[in-house]
Amino acid sequence: MSEQLLFAAEVTLNGLMAGVLYALVALGFVLIFKASGIFNYAQGVMALFAAMTLVGVQQGQIPFSHLINAIFGTEIHHFPWHVPSIIAIIAAAGVMVGFAWIVERYILKHLVGQPDIILFMATIGLAYFMEGFGDLMWGSELKTLDVGLPQGLNETVLDATDKLFGYGFFLDNLDIVATLIAALLVAALTIFSQYSKQGRALRAVADDHSAALSVGISLRFIWVLVWSIAGFVALVAGIMWGAKSGVQFSLSLIALKALPVLMLGGFTSIPGAIIGGLIIGVGEQLFEFAIGPLIGGATQNWFAYVLALIFLVFRPQGLFGEKIIERV
Amino acid sequence: MFYREAGDFKTSYKDDNQTFPIRLDRAGYWVALAVAFLIIPFFVNDYWVNAVFAPFFIYAIAALGLNILTGYAGQVSLGTGGFMAVGAYACYKLMVAFPEVSIVFHVLIAGGITAVVGVAFGLPSLRIKGFYLAVATLASQFFLVWLFNKVPWFYNYSASGQINAPERSVLGVIVTGPNTDAWAKYLICLVFLVGLAWVARNLTRGMMGRKWMGIRDMDIAAEIIGVNPLMAKMTAFAASSFFVGVAGALFFSVYLGAAEAGESFGITKSFLILFMIIIGGLGSIFGSFAGAAFMVLMPVLLKNVLVGMMGWPTDLAAHLEFMIVGGLIVFFLIVEPHGLAQLWRLTKDKLRLWPFPH
Amino acid sequence: MTFKRVAAASVAALMVASPVMADLVFPSLSYRTGPFAAGGIPYADGFADYMTLLNERDGGVGGVKLQVPECETAYNTEKGVECYEATKGEGALAYNPLSTGITYQLIPKATADDIPLYTPGYGRTSAANGNVFSHVFNFPANYWNGASAAVNHLLDLNGGDLKGKKVILLHFNGAYGKEPIPTLTALGEKHGFEFSTIPVDYPGQEQKSQWLQIRREKPDYVLFWGWGVMNQVAVQEAANIRFPMENFIGVWWSGAEHDVEPAGAAANGYKAVAFHGVGHDYPVFDDINKYVVDAGKAAGDGSNVGTVIYNRGVYAAMMLAEAAKKAQEIHGVKDITSGQMRDGLEQLEITNARMAELGMEGFGPEFKVSCANHGGPGTAAISQWDATAGKWSLISDFGPSDMDVIQPLITADSEAYAAENKIEPQCK
Repeated sequence: MSEQLLFAAEVTLNGLMAGVLYALVALGFVLIFKASGIFNYAQGVMALFAAMTLVGVQQGQIPFSHLINAIFGTEIHHFPWHVPSIIAIIAAAGVMVGFAWIVERYILKHLVGQPDIILFMATIGLAYFMEGFGDLMWGSELKTLDVGLPQGLNETVLDATDKLFGYGFFLDNLDIVATLIAALLVAALTIFSQYSKQGRALRAVADDHSAALSVGISLRFIWVLVWSIAGFVALVAGIMWGAKSGVQFSLSLIALKALPVLMLGGFTSIPGAIIGGLIIGVGEQLFEFAIGPLIGGATQNWFAYVLALIFLVFRPQGLFGEKIIERV
Repeated sequence: MFYREAGDFKTSYKDDNQTFPIRLDRAGYWVALAVAFLIIPFFVNDYWVNAVFAPFFIYAIAALGLNILTGYAGQVSLGTGGFMAVGAYACYKLMVAFPEVSIVFHVLIAGGITAVVGVAFGLPSLRIKGFYLAVATLASQFFLVWLFNKVPWFYNYSASGQINAPERSVLGVIVTGPNTDAWAKYLICLVFLVGLAWVARNLTRGMMGRKWMGIRDMDIAAEIIGVNPLMAKMTAFAASSFFVGVAGALFFSVYLGAAEAGESFGITKSFLILFMIIIGGLGSIFGSFAGAAFMVLMPVLLKNVLVGMMGWPTDLAAHLEFMIVGGLIVFFLIVEPHGLAQLWRLTKDKLRLWPFPH
Repeated sequence: MTFKRVAAASVAALMVASPVMADLVFPSLSYRTGPFAAGGIPYADGFADYMTLLNERDGGVGGVKLQVPECETAYNTEKGVECYEATKGEGALAYNPLSTGITYQLIPKATADDIPLYTPGYGRTSAANGNVFSHVFNFPANYWNGASAAVNHLLDLNGGDLKGKKVILLHFNGAYGKEPIPTLTALGEKHGFEFSTIPVDYPGQEQKSQWLQIRREKPDYVLFWGWGVMNQVAVQEAANIRFPMENFIGVWWSGAEHDVEPAGAAANGYKAVAFHGVGHDYPVFDDINKYVVDAGKAAGDGSNVGTVIYNRGVYAAMMLAEAAKKAQEIHGVKDITSGQMRDGLEQLEITNARMAELGMEGFGPEFKVSCANHGGPGTAAISQWDATAGKWSLISDFGPSDMDVIQPLITADSEAYAAENKIEPQCK
């Protein structure tokens, strides 16, 4: 095989891996949108907050220590212990469930039946609040996240491809792990929504709110449930991205990576989010590889959107979105 | 008691359809204008202009523009930052290429150029709707910023890609550059704002505005009763982008004096302006002002209270600022979901009956 | 930290606190929140702590207390403008905004207001030409010196010959990251190495394709101009593709502890250009610990003392304090104005003897500022990260940069600015 073709294959493979990570973030959006019709702007901030909580618990940081020190003039920063990763992850997931409950109790409950744009706006307010709250709770400095995920070049892939093609492919261990976890997560979600009672209720709500209410499904419980799951997905996304870059403000911007995925896959489809993620991941990497050098590079930010835009012109509801039927 | 329609007889259609049907409102409007034009300019200092008035006026112009598109024509856009960049860079190129022409024309032409670009990027709106369109307009946001960063012609081949506003004057008064007096900066922004708000008000209550609102409320229905969706959507994009372009041009030339595409006109700007009109109230001129005021003035006010008066550390204050702004947004929504403008309308309705509500 | 509980929170609060003229005021436009907080926090701490040290130990400069009002910018230019206007009224003597964007904003404004800007190692590189930029100072080194220092280091490694070598600049796709390109292009022509650039857009959380490209093109060296999350990701990705870390050289804004720590042991050997000393083996830090941290007066929690960016804050504060002292000497007054402060900066002379007195022997180079040269000597050293010891150390002396290449570039860029803004040369 020619060298260029091999390079392209390597880029495609890495694009697929990146796409899985995008899909993971997009999944959080889709879940909430499906169940409550809310475009949750706060999803990115939730990922940041979840990752911050994880690191904070793990390293025994005292929440609000900066605030406490400022008010009482004390000098406290850390508890004298370190918590094992797995317990910290469970604790962070617990915090996200609590967060979901608070969101439902104090925000969503009061906004039932409002137009989409109002709910969208409420999540904007929520995002602002969380951004300040997270920083206040755990501090805004950079935190190193280490839950024992492998990182770096995968030897097996390198050797295998080297033998096969004479050119060793690069694959990041972290990406491979992320792909596995994402696959597990999607499988678990599918099983949950197909075979459990709550899952069936969830699908009923997604189908038709009022019909579900009329057969006795508690909308409020479903909302807490779905925000909890979205919080958990945010935690996983936060761990995957945070392991690479450390936990810091920029983590909340990964939401931007999910938007073109959503457009492409449709706001209401879980398979759409995954396939959309893969297309965007591969598309932007290949474009940067093939065309990027000709026009000066750094094209990723806009190419994903332009790609999605072109798709949408031909299919306005996204790849797997529900067909838009309009009546007068 | 004083705020009422009783005794204010309208004898013509023109009277009946005026913007402020209540005498007290009219008086308030003229007093506000008089204060803004005749009194404040004598008292403003650099701080008030640079931290409060200039950003407030310029964001209000941008919010008016986006409100035309989103609030009146129903097309959600997240490309505002990119269009502001078009206005800013067009203004810069014009200022440098034709130094002898007045800056007022540069700003207006920059708005016109932005309108053309806006129409081009608005074309997909014929196919794509709702949130899908919002995300699709992000394509223009990212692409435009990338373009201004990448093509050196836009920033006259300077080493870093920053553009700097040279000194220009209107009627002999310097309005851009470091030697601008506070009042001059204040007045030029105010003149543009008042002029454009007047245009916006009259556009939206005329034929054009009705077509836009028809498209917003139900585009298929509007099409059936004879509104051309292509024309309506494209004019909405053009008018909106013109406003946003003017805001971008003023933002760069008068307010900041130096700008860089990625930093000054990034995605956060698009979101910020969208937040303004949602919080202020969609489809309302007053809402654009209220939203801009809320998003620009609230953080400044909070900062001064928390840091200046209470002596809190700056980082804690910054975190609290976020929490309070976010909390207030949610609070307003729960109390009144349709924005500050609706809150204002309700207050006025109550006032009309006060103190005898029955 | 004391809390002045003031109950009345009226609209009048928008008014700025009344000026306090008796002190020497150096506002710190810091960013402890937002995407660049990781670098902003230690810098602001270092800056404030050194000023506190002078107040506590020496009673200020020349008997006048120093004041460092802080104002949060979150690296946002608009907030920067607000902060500038808010603190200007308090009698600010000089600004050090730690943001290239805000610096560009303030250059014309501050010049018109007769307040000097001190932008060590950042901001507008061509401001080194004091003839055009009368109120901007960026000694002891700027980006172009940094680029040249990195190339000089490569020359040293290769016995002075870089012919046929391939050098890639991975840079932030913005004003800051684009600054070194002209210099490196010129140096590439001079030394015969093949130079190309790879931009990374803000925020730089995702750099896979850039590093795959580097892996394919197999450059001999990668130079790096990043800030914020881009730093941590780049170091991690470089380690991932097993790029030899000792051939990966960052500018001074990409060479702090927090940039390499997330990558763990894999970051070992990563290099960064430095224009001042690293570590806390300088007597001044003992004093800071004694008078500031232990006394509970530190701006942060004291854990940052001796880290790279903290040291840079200390260094910048030291320069400003020295310049204030110089200004007091020149003008014979204690309470200097911002105009006098400018003169102090312009006639500043840092000697090794003085550095030793300050407890910072060998921390930075010896130099003398002049009317025409606001850029200082342009010397820089190379530092390297030792992951096992967990610290940076200098592996070369502060060497000169290639002014034959840089000076014409500075002249050309500053003169273009002078022509655009009709600035008369200030030096006779």
